[in-house]
Amino acid sequence: MTKNLKGIAASDGVATAKAYLLVQPDLSFSKSTIEDTDKEVARLHTALDQSIAELKIIRQKAAESLGEEEAEVFDAHMTMLADPEYIGAIEKQITDDKVNAETALKSVSDGFIETFEAMTDNTYMQERAADIRDVSTRVLSHLLNRPLPNPALIDSEVVIVAHDLTPSDTAQLNKKYVKAFVTDIGGRTAHSAIMARSLEIPAVVGTDTVTTDVKNGQTITVNGLTGAVTIDPSADQIQASEQAAKDFAAQKAEWAQLKTAKTVTEDGQHFEVGANIGTPKDMDAVLANGAEAVGLYRTEFLYMDSSELPTEDDQFEAYKTVLEQMDGKPVVVRTMDIGGDKKLPYLPLPHEDNPFLGYRAIRISLDRQDIFRTQLRALLRASAYGNLRIMFPMIGTVNEFKAAKKVFLEEKDKLVKEGVKVSDNIQTGMMMEVPAAAVLADQFAKVADFFSIGTNDLIQYTMAADRGNDRVSYLYQPYNPSILRLVKHIIDSAHKEGKWAGMCGEAAGDPIMVPLLVGMGLDEFSMSATSVLRVRSQMKGLSASYLKTLAERATTESVTNEDNIKLVKEFTEKH
Amino acid sequence: MEKREFNVVAETGIHARPATLLVQAASKFNSDINLEYKGKSVNLKSIMGVMSLGVGQGADVTISAEGADEKEAIAAIEETMKKEGLSN
Repeated sequence: MTKNLKGIAASDGVATAKAYLLVQPDLSFSKSTIEDTDKEVARLHTALDQSIAELKIIRQKAAESLGEEEAEVFDAHMTMLADPEYIGAIEKQITDDKVNAETALKSVSDGFIETFEAMTDNTYMQERAADIRDVSTRVLSHLLNRPLPNPALIDSEVVIVAHDLTPSDTAQLNKKYVKAFVTDIGGRTAHSAIMARSLEIPAVVGTDTVTTDVKNGQTITVNGLTGAVTIDPSADQIQASEQAAKDFAAQKAEWAQLKTAKTVTEDGQHFEVGANIGTPKDMDAVLANGAEAVGLYRTEFLYMDSSELPTEDDQFEAYKTVLEQMDGKPVVVRTMDIGGDKKLPYLPLPHEDNPFLGYRAIRISLDRQDIFRTQLRALLRASAYGNLRIMFPMIGTVNEFKAAKKVFLEEKDKLVKEGVKVSDNIQTGMMMEVPAAAVLADQFAKVADFFSIGTNDLIQYTMAADRGNDRVSYLYQPYNPSILRLVKHIIDSAHKEGKWAGMCGEAAGDPIMVPLLVGMGLDEFSMSATSVLRVRSQMKGLSASYLKTLAERATTESVTNEDNIKLVKEFTEKH
Repeated sequence: MEKREFNVVAETGIHARPATLLVQAASKFNSDINLEYKGKSVNLKSIMGVMSLGVGQGADVTISAEGADEKEAIAAIEETMKKEGLSN
């Protein structure tokens, strides 16, 4: 039976395919007494064989997509399943205690997990506890005949259906087969949504119930433009969806013609439209979409994708690659923004009740200068290969900015004395995401070379509403006059001192926000690479001088978020 | 019984990949093969056993084999130890 769902449109495009549920199956079981223990041991071995066969495929796919080194962990998993001590202990428990294989497996595995977890002085051993948990879960899934989903096992076109997608889930998705994805939770700024846009596959997030509504293998249509999801669509609906996909492809082709064009409004004003990246791999999309700059290079992935602090040389190579590929166009690199919701396994941070208000970003960098100096040295060395701009995250006071800048100048001096080639033209700016800094932007503009507004954090801190908390998500109001006044004050303050202001949050690519920002005279817009051409096309139809009045009225007359949505529509439709 | 002592020189000790390869090498033989470290002895055919010892760099370990193919087993294990840079 056809069922329609509505979620948040998170990544453009339309697709139809069979659903693949990336949901952990229910692996609960109860303890039971077994008479025929030989048969039970045989059942255990069948499950072990099935698990090993599955691991072989996963290993092979991992080697192909992630590399040999990443794949080796699965060799260890297979060796575990052939471990005479481990398997022997399970067999013995089945035979001696006359219990079912599930119970024996769990009891023996828990024993090993406990032993490894107890080695608190050895993080490597503690990680092995996770491996044992992994392999025993796999065997259990086969004993219960409820196989675990695995993105590596997908070999035909599917729509991924999940409660939420983690970075490691998305890393394993094969773009050849994954046509779209749909999740229960998340918003436009969720990690899964950002990933979908960078992979250029349609996505709808926040449907609440899709994982319970759809069954594995059912046909599902995903419209990432409208947020509509249809389970088991009718022939008419499939046809309509195919038409929508065609229309979208046609529009994309039209946008593609703007690839080499500058971003200019109808009245001839130029705005810089750049792209956000997380790793040098994202550069393909940046170049394919004709971005005029990299407006935000999130360097924390260098730290998160590694099992130890990245070395100066590793970082240098990454920065150099990006700078060279941009060929003289600006690259704004944000120094490490760890903390908040981003953790590093090898850099344990104390538990905090309010991590978003705690020890994160520049606060860590200024405290752990060893880490900060390594990053700055890598950046300085890379600066010889392009147009580098450095940006400090989470600056709240002028003294924090000055302290960060001082470390930067010290490292620059050292490198120059060592005879290393360093650019003499590196702008140093800051993120505008702490309300205290936004309010005092006029003072910051005297010391910083530029501002880049991080809308997600600026909104969450200004509205005092956790952006990950569904119950207060209505407070995520990018057009609220309070937010827009801050944004306008930041831009005006920069201009007064002859500096520039950009925006690198998702709002920079938002069709309602764009006219407001053009009216305020924002200099640089940085967004997902896949939004660049859409925004360039939108700006072609806008008049910057006319929209000045819109910006003025939105910050002086409007009272609510909704007032401003209406006001933007009035200005853009009338025009 | 065939016995040999090794000094582990690998920076990471007997971890992950080398441990897996060592266990795979030992598993090819019928002899009982044990790894002894700091007075604790484990079955070298058991990856969990080997990992639970947490053998680090600089450790002195003894490997012993008992059975029909004990000589060949120790020779093969020594070769793996050297090939994987675990010992000199």
